[in-house]
Amino acid sequence: MAGSGTAHLRPGDDMLLRVENLVVNFPAGSGRHVSAVADVSFDVAERETLGLVGESGCGKSTTARAVIQLPKPTGGRVMFAGHELTALGGERLRVVRPQMQIVFQDPISSLNPRRRIADIVGAPLRIWGRGSDAERSARVDEVLEAVGLDPDVARDKRPHEFSGGQCQRICIARALVLEPQLVICDEPVSALDVSVQAQILNLLEDLKERYGLTLIFITHDLAVVKNVSDRVAVMYLGKICEVAAPNRLYSNPAHPYTAALLASIPVPDPEAPAESGGLTAGDLPSPLAPPSGCRFRTRCPRAQELCAAEEPQTREVAEGQFVACHFPLVGEQASATPVEVTAART
Amino acid sequence: MRLLRNGRKHVAHAEAAIHPPTGRILLEVDDLATHFNTPRGTVKAVDGVSFTLDRGRTLGLVGESGCGKSVLSRSIMGLLPSRNVTRKGMISFDGNRLDQMGPAEMRSFWGTQLGMVFQDPMTSLNPVMRIGKQITESLDFHFDMDRSEAQETALALLKSVNIPEPARRLRQYPHELSGGMRQRVVIAVALACGPKLLFADEPTTALDVTVQAQILDLLRQQQRDREMAMVLVSHDLGVVAGHTDEIAVMYAGQIVEKAPTRSLFAKMRMPYTAALLQSIPRLENPSHTRLNVIAGRPPDLIDPPSGCRFAPRCPYAQDRCREEQPPLIESDDPGHVYRCWYPVGTEAGREALERNLAADVPQAQLAVAGDASVVTGDD
Repeated sequence: MAGSGTAHLRPGDDMLLRVENLVVNFPAGSGRHVSAVADVSFDVAERETLGLVGESGCGKSTTARAVIQLPKPTGGRVMFAGHELTALGGERLRVVRPQMQIVFQDPISSLNPRRRIADIVGAPLRIWGRGSDAERSARVDEVLEAVGLDPDVARDKRPHEFSGGQCQRICIARALVLEPQLVICDEPVSALDVSVQAQILNLLEDLKERYGLTLIFITHDLAVVKNVSDRVAVMYLGKICEVAAPNRLYSNPAHPYTAALLASIPVPDPEAPAESGGLTAGDLPSPLAPPSGCRFRTRCPRAQELCAAEEPQTREVAEGQFVACHFPLVGEQASATPVEVTAART
Repeated sequence: MRLLRNGRKHVAHAEAAIHPPTGRILLEVDDLATHFNTPRGTVKAVDGVSFTLDRGRTLGLVGESGCGKSVLSRSIMGLLPSRNVTRKGMISFDGNRLDQMGPAEMRSFWGTQLGMVFQDPMTSLNPVMRIGKQITESLDFHFDMDRSEAQETALALLKSVNIPEPARRLRQYPHELSGGMRQRVVIAVALACGPKLLFADEPTTALDVTVQAQILDLLRQQQRDREMAMVLVSHDLGVVAGHTDEIAVMYAGQIVEKAPTRSLFAKMRMPYTAALLQSIPRLENPSHTRLNVIAGRPPDLIDPPSGCRFAPRCPYAQDRCREEQPPLIESDDPGHVYRCWYPVGTEAGREALERNLAADVPQAQLAVAGDASVVTGDD
């Protein structure tokens, strides 16, 4: 979308998480602000994985952090399991927090190097005063086992004695120890090798099944997001471009940005066409002064005058596929050139 | 400052006796071993690597972290510290024995003959020096170029790496540029003195997919325009597949398979290469496809396993693999070599895998958890 709108939100109150018109601005001095997340809406059903994709700086991580109120968003609503999080504060917010956990990108730096694994994984239990010492220790062993580490070996070691992949397993164990409903994975495999990446992705699928987790999976790797997600939201410069089920999104991208992202993935096949059809020019524009209208128009091959004048709203172009684009690649206008579409409209 | 600078210049000119180009082969590495002496023991980071690279060709170097890719390229460049490192073997570059040269002699090769692009563009530029100065530094050092000429060359270089508004960029500092732009600057710096061989060590790992595609295309275009040879180091088989003529797969400090790119993907022989390729999530597969994983992790290079180094993780491994190290065996295809007793896609390999599956060997079970047809390699 590089646009706004809530057409892609599903009706009903059975969504675990429903984010409406989320806005996050950061002050940048002299009265200006960085528009990091601008009017983003999405929902996540229970036991569903939402993939959030986009280039660095598009606001993926900021969106996820605003969901767990770190920091509180500038505007919008975040409904989580019946609570309106933006209206909560202090202790009332704190008691909801164990339900939402986050796994960060760099496993090594998100573990305290001076503490033992049992202390790291058990810390949330201690903070919340759950159970007796023996119960806590049993729970720690249980989650370590669940993430594929031998508790007897791991318990008394320190993070430096583990590889990157194992550290990520420890981070996942720590996120799971409080039995959360929602786990946000912020680029959990970007710092890992391909072989280890496959292990962690399989592990997350197993854990989701075993504990009935709901996941928000943030990554810039489209192949990874396709593998894990039930629904994918593509972000660009603080806006959502397109929301669809992964198989649909990858076979028929509707937004020109999604198509460009897909075209830039290197294919492990030397017979594939040599020159990439991706975004050959340009960087992300500055979120200090985002382009008017559609935020993607400065890099978009299909951009017209309309795109600069008017911000596209999310609409359904195919069943379960929502796009915020004036000239999408899917739908009744897809075969027409943008110029013809403009002519037909005016 | 000035004295030191002139002193350096003097060295550069004195050692400028670089042999004239001869023959087709640009780089020849024979039995190269780089060992690090650590309190725990000797880490055999590179252990007996041999290969040749022709002029104007691109070699991809692939493997997991810690398999020796970066150490190999730094050994050839002569960029490793001298303390606690032993480097043995022959490195011949255009008839010059790089392995016999010290840092002072290497200085005349760096930049003019050998260039390098590092992984992280954030840390490989000097944050307190203008972009222009960083590019002209080597022009001034090697060619004694006067200021206005160097500025013009820098401008042309920035243009050639597709940086918008090059004249303004020359006066900017690295923090004013995005990651992709910085990597373009790093490439411009590496290309400034027209090297014959460029090492690109994970040049796109720190960048976004869209920018990655741009940088890879740029590297290819520059490599073709300048008829420069390139060694592209990456852990991503997808990145090297479309951008190399040949690929060498490294594991535990050794080359375990080397072949022309097409031949490698068409007829993979080494189980490690196959496993590496299968652990990548593929776009063609539907969501929630179970990924094939490689069991365990790379061996400790202080005490690598006897026999084949991949044997402990290999779905095909037999008793022979654990006892006897396979040499580099030539396949039917020209230039395709591999290190395996029971190669993928052969009768011996198929039988070995079936034996392991029948015996419930965990590595074999893991490898076929997803798509079995690929692992058994019917060709």
